[in-house]
Amino acid sequence: MKVRAQVSMVLNLDKCIGCHTCSVTCKNVWTNREGMEYVWFNNVETKPGVGYPKDWENQDRWKGGWHRKKNGKLEPRIGGRFRVLAKIFANPDLPEIDDYYEPFTFTYEHLQTAPESPTMPTARPVSLISGEIMEKINWGPNWEEILGGEFSKRSQDYNFRDIEKEIYGQFEQTFMFYLPRLCEHCLNPTCVASCPSGSIYKREEDGIVLVDQEKCRGWRMCVSGCPYKKIYYNWQSGKAEKCTFCYPRIEAGQPTVCSETCVGRIRYLGVILYDADRIEEAASTPDEKDLYEAQLDIFLDPHDPEVIREAREQGIPEAWLEAAQNSPVYKMAIEWKVAFPLHPEYRTLPMVWYVPPLSPIQGAAEEGHIGFDGEIPDARNLRIPMQYLANLLTAGDEEPVLSAIRRMFAMRIFMRDKHVHGRLNNHIAGEVDLLPEQIEEMYKVMALAAYEDRYVIPTSHREEAEDTYGLQGGCGFSFGNGCSEGDSSEVRLFGKPNSIRGALKKASMS
Amino acid sequence: MSEYLNDAAFGLYPYIALAVFLIGSLIRYDRDPYTWRSGSSQLLRKRQFAWGSYLFHIGILGLFLGHLVGLLTPIVIFDAIGISHAAKQMLAIVVGGIFGIMCFAGLTLLIHRRLTDPRIRGTSTKMDFFILFLLYAQLILGLISIPISLGHPEGDQMMAFMAWAQMIVTFQGGAADLVASAHWVFKLHIFLGLTVFLVFPFSRLVHIWSAPFGYLTRNYQVVRSRKTGGAG
Repeated sequence: MKVRAQVSMVLNLDKCIGCHTCSVTCKNVWTNREGMEYVWFNNVETKPGVGYPKDWENQDRWKGGWHRKKNGKLEPRIGGRFRVLAKIFANPDLPEIDDYYEPFTFTYEHLQTAPESPTMPTARPVSLISGEIMEKINWGPNWEEILGGEFSKRSQDYNFRDIEKEIYGQFEQTFMFYLPRLCEHCLNPTCVASCPSGSIYKREEDGIVLVDQEKCRGWRMCVSGCPYKKIYYNWQSGKAEKCTFCYPRIEAGQPTVCSETCVGRIRYLGVILYDADRIEEAASTPDEKDLYEAQLDIFLDPHDPEVIREAREQGIPEAWLEAAQNSPVYKMAIEWKVAFPLHPEYRTLPMVWYVPPLSPIQGAAEEGHIGFDGEIPDARNLRIPMQYLANLLTAGDEEPVLSAIRRMFAMRIFMRDKHVHGRLNNHIAGEVDLLPEQIEEMYKVMALAAYEDRYVIPTSHREEAEDTYGLQGGCGFSFGNGCSEGDSSEVRLFGKPNSIRGALKKASMS
Repeated sequence: MSEYLNDAAFGLYPYIALAVFLIGSLIRYDRDPYTWRSGSSQLLRKRQFAWGSYLFHIGILGLFLGHLVGLLTPIVIFDAIGISHAAKQMLAIVVGGIFGIMCFAGLTLLIHRRLTDPRIRGTSTKMDFFILFLLYAQLILGLISIPISLGHPEGDQMMAFMAWAQMIVTFQGGAADLVASAHWVFKLHIFLGLTVFLVFPFSRLVHIWSAPFGYLTRNYQVVRSRKTGGAG
């Protein structure tokens, strides 16, 4: 047993209101730079929809994730080592910028500088890549917001497979929910595996997956390797960039920016202990539908004395063990089993998990009664088809999602009975195999969701690795090259990047 | 005067170019690793890219290796395995011709793409254009040299270039005299070739140093621990 710890995340989709605060705060902190305008480390998609970049879930097209060969071994879907190198001159599986969107700004300055004219001046869209006027914006990072566009387009959503989807095009039958997405910081990341330079790595201490900016050569295989399309190519610097899980904040015990600013309090951060020796075994599970269980299997119980002993022996800090025991992620994913990995069938063992959303009960309006499954409304009558959620979260296996939704219903009924009717409905707890105390805690963590219950993050112990005294007065976060400005456009000797923003600014001032 | 220029271009310039090439690459690698990249523009436009890039890269790699082996292998080795000078020259012309035409087709596509596509043109640096046109000129000179070589098929001219290159890399004086009487196309080809080495560290060409063969033998997963002092 090799015990490793990871700071992982759960997003409670039942509470996401689709406000995009996470995306915007993330962008302002991390990707508000030239070459990164089209990049959203965190984005919120309306489901159903084809998403960002278009059709990202369709791995027949983009070849992300792992492929299990006949002999049971895993290989990146883009190909083995020789195949990857053979594609290095032109990667056939790389999305084009139009699959994301062409980033643009508007000629705002024109509004102030336009000469007197009989009509109002307008600010026209300008490409942030070519610097040219764009006649019409045809796609953007959130084009499908709240089911924008025709059903025929959004129904290309890959999660509609095995579903008779036509009826969901009718207004009365339509459904939607929000899906905030970020890097999954997988246990078995394909981006790492497909990097020819070996520049992407997983940090042993906290599991965060990062790109070594000094080692990346821009071969762009990782963009294809990642099935979530959460590695991006910075066309300005020629390097791959990705969600950093706000590691400088995590190291200091603070939540990521997307979590900290989440208005709906849907995000949870906590430590998960897992057995690193069994990653390969779990990821190569033959049946896709067993991958969710297989991943649960390699998570370790932080209360198990044997695990604690091993963890201590292998140098996991005491504070991290304690955090693992109080981890909201552990509670939701393992104890209550209400959170699920996103697309486990990609075999990357993702570590950002999702609580499925509840939705209004369909049968009621039509039939005048609600179907019941015991005391709990029949989750199969929910407006969001169970198969759709299962395709998203459990490789198509409905049972675990159904069970999670029943538990969330039971929690509501239990607490309503307690607060409104003043009785303890222990029976309903039993119906979903939970103890009343567990339901009370579920309520505390998932419904009340206090700050300290959502984020249980131990600080990193940098002092064990570096001379922190020597770090004082250092440069902090920089783009290599020591304490230089960090702005690659300042480097003249080795080529000054062509600055579209600079050119636009100059044009507007002249 | 012309002797002095010949000496400067083929006796001194090679050392200047190669010194800048090696020391410049090292300094950049050490001081500015963030700028060390291939600089692909595939993301911005797929059209015309795959054909252009494959033809160009395979062609130019073939040409580079051909020149490397052809110029720097001691002639005694060819003599020992029974390849006559004329046969070696014909081999060089055929192989170089094939790779040269591939490279020419690829580079033509890539230059056309870079000049005509507003996204690629808009995001290109001056050095991107310079290096493309430098390679294009160099390639065209190389292709023009083929009919000139066919004019003296016995291979003596090529022997002279081999001897020149080998004397340069083994630090022997007087190498420039060997190429003094060569056709101006060859001379210009050598001069531009050395210039490619000169500008190499200042351009995206540095990505050649990073050809990722290590990928073939490494583990799929990379884990770094701060305790074991992993870089980064």
